[in-house]
Amino acid sequence: MSTTRESVLVEVKNLTMEFARRDGQLGGQEQRIRALDNVSLDVVRGETLGVVGESGCGKTTLGRCLLRLLTPVAGEVIFDGRDILALSLSSLRPLRREMQMVFQNPFSSLNPRMNVLNLVAEPLRTHTELRREELAGRVEELLVEVGLSSEHLKRFPHQLSGGQAQRVALARALALNPRFLVLDEPTSALDVSVQAQIINLLLELQRRHGLTYLFISHDLGVVQHISDRIAVMYLGQIVEMAASEDIFSSPQHPYTQALLSSTPVPDPDRDRKRIILAGVVPSPANPPPGCRFHTRCPHVMDICHTEEPKVYPVGEGHWATCHLLDTA
Amino acid sequence: MTTSTIVQRWFGDRIGPRVEAGSTVWFFRRDRLAMVSLIFIALLVLVAVFAPYLTPYANEGLGDPNLANKFLSPSVEHPFGTDSLGRDIAARMMFGTRTSLSIGLLVVVVAVLIGAPLGAVAGYFGGWVDEVIMRVTDVFLAFPPLLLAIAIAAALGPNFVNAMLAIALTWWPWYTRLVRAQALSLRERSFIEAAHGIGVKNLTIIWRHILPNVLTPVLVQATLDIGSAILTGAGLSFIGLGTQPPTADWGVMINEGRLYVLAGRWWIATFSGLAIFLTTLAFNLLGDGVRDAADPRTRGGG
Amino acid sequence: MDQSLLTVDNLHVRFRTPIGDVHAVRGVSFSIDRGQVLGLVGETGCGKSVTGRSILGLVPHPGEITEGHITFDGQNLLGLSEREMHQVRGERIAMIFQDPATALNPVFTIGQQIIPVMKHHGVAAGAELKQRAIRLLDDVGLPDPASMMDVYPHQLSGGMQQRAMIAMALSSDPQLLIADEPTTALDVTIQAQILDLLISLQRSHNISVLLITHNLGIIAETCQRVVVLYAGQVAEQGEVRSIFHQPQHPYTQGLLAALPNPGSRGSDLKMIGGFVPSGLDPEPGCAFAPRCEFAMDVCTRRQPPLYEVGPGQRAACFLHDEAEGQEA
Repeated sequence: MSTTRESVLVEVKNLTMEFARRDGQLGGQEQRIRALDNVSLDVVRGETLGVVGESGCGKTTLGRCLLRLLTPVAGEVIFDGRDILALSLSSLRPLRREMQMVFQNPFSSLNPRMNVLNLVAEPLRTHTELRREELAGRVEELLVEVGLSSEHLKRFPHQLSGGQAQRVALARALALNPRFLVLDEPTSALDVSVQAQIINLLLELQRRHGLTYLFISHDLGVVQHISDRIAVMYLGQIVEMAASEDIFSSPQHPYTQALLSSTPVPDPDRDRKRIILAGVVPSPANPPPGCRFHTRCPHVMDICHTEEPKVYPVGEGHWATCHLLDTA
Repeated sequence: MTTSTIVQRWFGDRIGPRVEAGSTVWFFRRDRLAMVSLIFIALLVLVAVFAPYLTPYANEGLGDPNLANKFLSPSVEHPFGTDSLGRDIAARMMFGTRTSLSIGLLVVVVAVLIGAPLGAVAGYFGGWVDEVIMRVTDVFLAFPPLLLAIAIAAALGPNFVNAMLAIALTWWPWYTRLVRAQALSLRERSFIEAAHGIGVKNLTIIWRHILPNVLTPVLVQATLDIGSAILTGAGLSFIGLGTQPPTADWGVMINEGRLYVLAGRWWIATFSGLAIFLTTLAFNLLGDGVRDAADPRTRGGG
Repeated sequence: MDQSLLTVDNLHVRFRTPIGDVHAVRGVSFSIDRGQVLGLVGETGCGKSVTGRSILGLVPHPGEITEGHITFDGQNLLGLSEREMHQVRGERIAMIFQDPATALNPVFTIGQQIIPVMKHHGVAAGAELKQRAIRLLDDVGLPDPASMMDVYPHQLSGGMQQRAMIAMALSSDPQLLIADEPTTALDVTIQAQILDLLISLQRSHNISVLLITHNLGIIAETCQRVVVLYAGQVAEQGEVRSIFHQPQHPYTQGLLAALPNPGSRGSDLKMIGGFVPSGLDPEPGCAFAPRCEFAMDVCTRRQPPLYEVGPGQRAACFLHDEAEGQEA
């Protein structure tokens, strides 16, 4: 990857995360689900790194592990030179100012019993000495930045529209001037017209504050609009990583190609020859051996059943894990 | 978005003249039975507070005997008659309102203050904290509540405060269970995750995020419980373990009066019994009303 | 029109709520020809779902149809008794929903659910019932259909559940299929499978389809004609190609411009300010006027009728009125 040490804000190394899950029947067996399998990536300062994939790919888990909302079973997350997974809880707390998360459903991520003022003030109350008028003043500043105003201060989440609620969540995330934001499907629950407003706002805020974003989504259209680089995930692994334009102009991994081809595009004249993947997504509790994608891959070869593909570079800052790329 | 979601969304957006239309208070006002109960209870409270001024026989209400007037049947001067010590029963009942209402309220308040935080802590932390708290709760729940209350009251000594404590001690586990269940589901919500992300400390999360969101079910349960607490309190006084004579108390009055019912002096026990019945009923209806108003499904929306 | 299978004429649906009347559908008219796929598209609150349900008399309480006609195959649906409507439902008009888990009973196997439906509609009898059911499951692409008969819904993935629901819907060979956001809950690669299935079934059985969705990409790829709804009214309708290439209504234009697309990267998306009205006490005039950049005085006073703006294309906008506005 063509990123220098100094320009990397978050370095993820060999991140592995497992969940335990019961079979579902009484006394059923406990299954270990490997949500993340040895994931490594870098997030460059000031960039937007998009992470796409479908259910079970691990993108949501990745976002949470990066903020240590979940504790992975193995690996490192190095934020600005410090491994946040190795820190004690008390050392971790002040670091939380630097990185925040915005969730998919704003009505879920805002306490329904707190008004906007208290919601946005919470981070300030937790980490600063600001109180009363000063606190309210800072909250107002934040609201204005996200396109709301003081008239919203006393409102409760159920009195806001989806777009407004998400703006409140953003204001809260920005309260402590973080450097890194994990955005977990921030526009998926919103209407198209509102989505555009929020995306524009995110871009504006990034320009103004020099923020670094990890943008998680299943919507390729939105991701490619906002991201500089994109990581495509499947069943707990990154299968392809490239600059945004390259993912779209020359996807190398068969899954990326299928994903692109499956995404509905509002263009009636587009060539509709779709790559339809066979079968269903395998259960993360039981990933296929060899290349995890081989059960659905239209180009599957013998080796794919038994050997996991290595990382193959395909171009400047572009790599994919597929045996087809093995030129040897 | 489904139609019902759309309809429910709009509920929250309209502000009515004084009360937000579609809000809990608004729904409550439309439930006639609950409103009647609320008025009845409000009247009881007024009677309890102003009892000495509402009857000419205030001192008898407090317990002074008036032996000249023993066993007078209901009449204009004594609407509910007099008891075995000649005391005006109407006055006694008014003063009895004080003991009943206070025991009902105090029991529930104490039970909630003990039970709710325990439940929140158990549900939120899980693990061994949860195990320990729930096992203690289970021990208390293993006893039939009334018997346990009797046992505790007897052990502590018969008086009002001990009776109140005894009942509260048998009641708190229900609130622990209730709040724990709520906390378990709340724990998974995004806003709790967001609070973690912000770095809010655990106890602060319980105080600021969990407890306010369990308020509604607790309030509903508490309202329903006040009636039962009054009933239980009366029961304890009836067997002599609660309020002691000469303090006016409905349960005590029934106990005193039961000896004379067969002899034809029915009024001594009957009116107190009626009072207990109506009061418990009123709180039950009130509690139903509060629950129905708070439950989005019974609101008749989409 | 002889060709027309379903005609909805001036439909009005109102919800009586304790806080006032919500006018969810205000004068919607459209028609579907035999063998045609019509898309009904719009954002939250536009009334598309309510419209779909009105056709089958499934509007939930406290909604009621206050005006309008719905004619199906020459028959007036609104004049039918509940018993007669029951005959139409499932047999001549079938409906599939967004969440297959809610349509499938979790305590019965797939076979136990499909067979009674077929029996009820007199599709077959006796031993033939099972044979036809298996064939149906095969038609919808479920693997090993014979064993699938004994499987419970929770044992299936979302995509397979949806296929089962489609099988049930098609079991009585209906003439019209109403699909209300059938793929919204599914992953994008599975969505592609299901949409392809719907299209191929539509062709092989010559069914008409009313596809309700908020996703313009799906409309572009699957529908021949489209009706764009806004706040309970028809904003524009016509051939999909014309609508997407030459949208004539400002709302449609705004909607299409707000979608991120490969060319839009880096720049701000053109967005529509404001938010969707609630339907409570609707303002006179065009519902979109408050957010429309071309709004004129007349737009706030009267509701625009549908003007012919191209072959088979109509838009409800005064800009197209030769007397009032200028030609766009």
